[in-house]
Amino acid sequence: MWEYTDKVKEHFLNPRNAGKIEDADGIGEVGSLACGDALTLYIKVDDDNIITDAKFQTFGCASAIASSSALTEMLIGKPVEEAEKLTNKDIAEYLGGLPREKMHCSVMGQEALEQAIKNMRGEAGTKAEHSHEGELICECFGVFDEEILQAIKANDLKSVEDITNFTKAGGGCGKCHEDLERLLAEAQGEAAACATPSATPAYPAEGMTNIQRMHLIESVIDDDIRPALQADGGDIRLMDIDKTSVTVQFMGMCSGCPSSKATLNNLVQGKLREKVDPAITVTEG
Amino acid sequence: MKTIYLDNNATTQVDPAVFEAIKPYFTELYGNPSSMHRFGGQVGVTIKEARSSVAKLLNCDSDEIIFTSCGSESDNTAIRSALNSRPDKRHIITTAVEHPAVLSFCKFLEKKENYEVTYLGTDERGRLDLDEYRKAISPDTAIVSVMWANNETGNIHPIEEMAQIARDNGVIFHTDAVQAVGKVSIDLKSSAVDMLSLSGHKLHAPKGVGALYVRKGLMFRPLLIGGHQERSRRAGTENTTGIIALGKACELAAKNMETENTVVSRLRDKLEAGLLAAIPDSKVNGDPENRLPNTTNISFGYVEGEAILLMMDQLGIAASSGSACTSGSLEPSHVLKAMSVPFTFAHGSIRFSLSRFNTEEEIDFVIENLPPIIENLRKMSPFSAEKEGLACTGPGSMQ
Repeated sequence: MWEYTDKVKEHFLNPRNAGKIEDADGIGEVGSLACGDALTLYIKVDDDNIITDAKFQTFGCASAIASSSALTEMLIGKPVEEAEKLTNKDIAEYLGGLPREKMHCSVMGQEALEQAIKNMRGEAGTKAEHSHEGELICECFGVFDEEILQAIKANDLKSVEDITNFTKAGGGCGKCHEDLERLLAEAQGEAAACATPSATPAYPAEGMTNIQRMHLIESVIDDDIRPALQADGGDIRLMDIDKTSVTVQFMGMCSGCPSSKATLNNLVQGKLREKVDPAITVTEG
Repeated sequence: MKTIYLDNNATTQVDPAVFEAIKPYFTELYGNPSSMHRFGGQVGVTIKEARSSVAKLLNCDSDEIIFTSCGSESDNTAIRSALNSRPDKRHIITTAVEHPAVLSFCKFLEKKENYEVTYLGTDERGRLDLDEYRKAISPDTAIVSVMWANNETGNIHPIEEMAQIARDNGVIFHTDAVQAVGKVSIDLKSSAVDMLSLSGHKLHAPKGVGALYVRKGLMFRPLLIGGHQERSRRAGTENTTGIIALGKACELAAKNMETENTVVSRLRDKLEAGLLAAIPDSKVNGDPENRLPNTTNISFGYVEGEAILLMMDQLGIAASSGSACTSGSLEPSHVLKAMSVPFTFAHGSIRFSLSRFNTEEEIDFVIENLPPIIENLRKMSPFSAEKEGLACTGPGSMQ
């Protein structure tokens, strides 16, 4: 059984504003019988652009009915300009939250509202039609890429499962899961590109003074490199540091070892590049 | 509030006689049946009796019964054993309407282990096509696994005939009989079924116990390997109380099956007829001529199943739905989908499954109180305008 909040249950069992407004100023229809949920939202708007009445007709589960009922309560008395800022998150929050798998019910409310306002302004018909400019991703539920990208961004979606919970895309045969992964990566890539420059330095020694840099090199040799060489009966001595050029001397079993060149490049230089500066070159003195 | 429990294909009430039978095994008789001492040994004797009761219900030998933890474990064991004992064969036949215990496992085998799986389809009544089945069998087929009765619609499949066809082709035949055992007469001695799964909690034993019948002589590969319990065919300390309960439940089922089913099917028929008469645009899913005596799956057009269930729950009526919203998936039941039930009806399907503990008064209550629920939901639906005349006029109608 779903864990619904008391408010969801209350709105489901005693829905407010169920029904039709015969002379509605705006009507928004979304969903279909095939999809398993559908909502028709009616709004009445006065001369001051205030929503004076809102009613709904919903075919769907408890959270779909509760989301519709909540939406009408939120709309009545609000100026249209404010109402059009309402999001699915606001609907879910009003209800004290919805199970993540049911978030698409709140999305349906937001879409119906957008459509009703467009219809009121004479910009569109009553039924939300996909622009078909984008790519049809989920054939089972008829969801296009634009809608998915918008949902990812608006709700900070992180996984295919999230996308399904919010848009229904991917909830049928599952053939579109790869496309959904692609859209996620695309949205996340854009987010990364738009992100403010990171405060984290590109490499550990970036911005350090020469003394700090030398201390860091010494500590990497002492903590990460020497113990590994000592385990094989060898050792290392730091001879010189000149900016990014480091000179060392092998000792013990490492001195004259046929693999010393590889050890120098892979272990010593590799570790210093990783932990200090990728520009470091190490030579044997 | 009294609960009217009409969800017996999900689980059943433990029969009071079963509960009485197992009580001492929680308190005084808690020995381990594998122990050498008499204190454990006496429990071993009772387990032997339980095994015999299960065998009697299925008309097989006691040593053909392996106790497991549930129907799913029995199903998985059966399929895995067949595949492991015939490693050269890579083909499995099952149906599109199986319980997930078989269906999900077959899909796993298909994806992860490269087995080829044929999923037999059904007609609109949920009936399998035997010609399609015959054609699907190939020399590479290792096992056929087909449920005896469907959990959602109650449809009974022609298992005896299908098992014989498998045997004629040298293929192992397994049946998930979780819903059938205790409700239909099963005679394994005269059948070609090689393996059969059952689950205790579907026939008035507690949850957490099941059994697998494995025909004598069939090569068997255990799923759980460890101790020597169940003659090394299923390792793990016996769930003694569960097993003893299952034995008692099987004993009761064998004794009362016919009479009980007559009573239960009469109540089921009354419920079905009452709802169909009172609620327009409603229809039965499945094959009314060939189904379990306790099950009816009814679709109420233009309403959504979860909403119906929750409204019913407010009145203390417990049932199940094949609607998408109850399952966490977004599509209605795979069984109704396989039967090509139209979306209009599939989303509003409710499964009522009765037991011997249901009463005439309970059925009357549902017939009286469900129609107004459907009517209210339809009134709220945007499709009501398209479907003028859907208002209920039966008993309890708000009109």
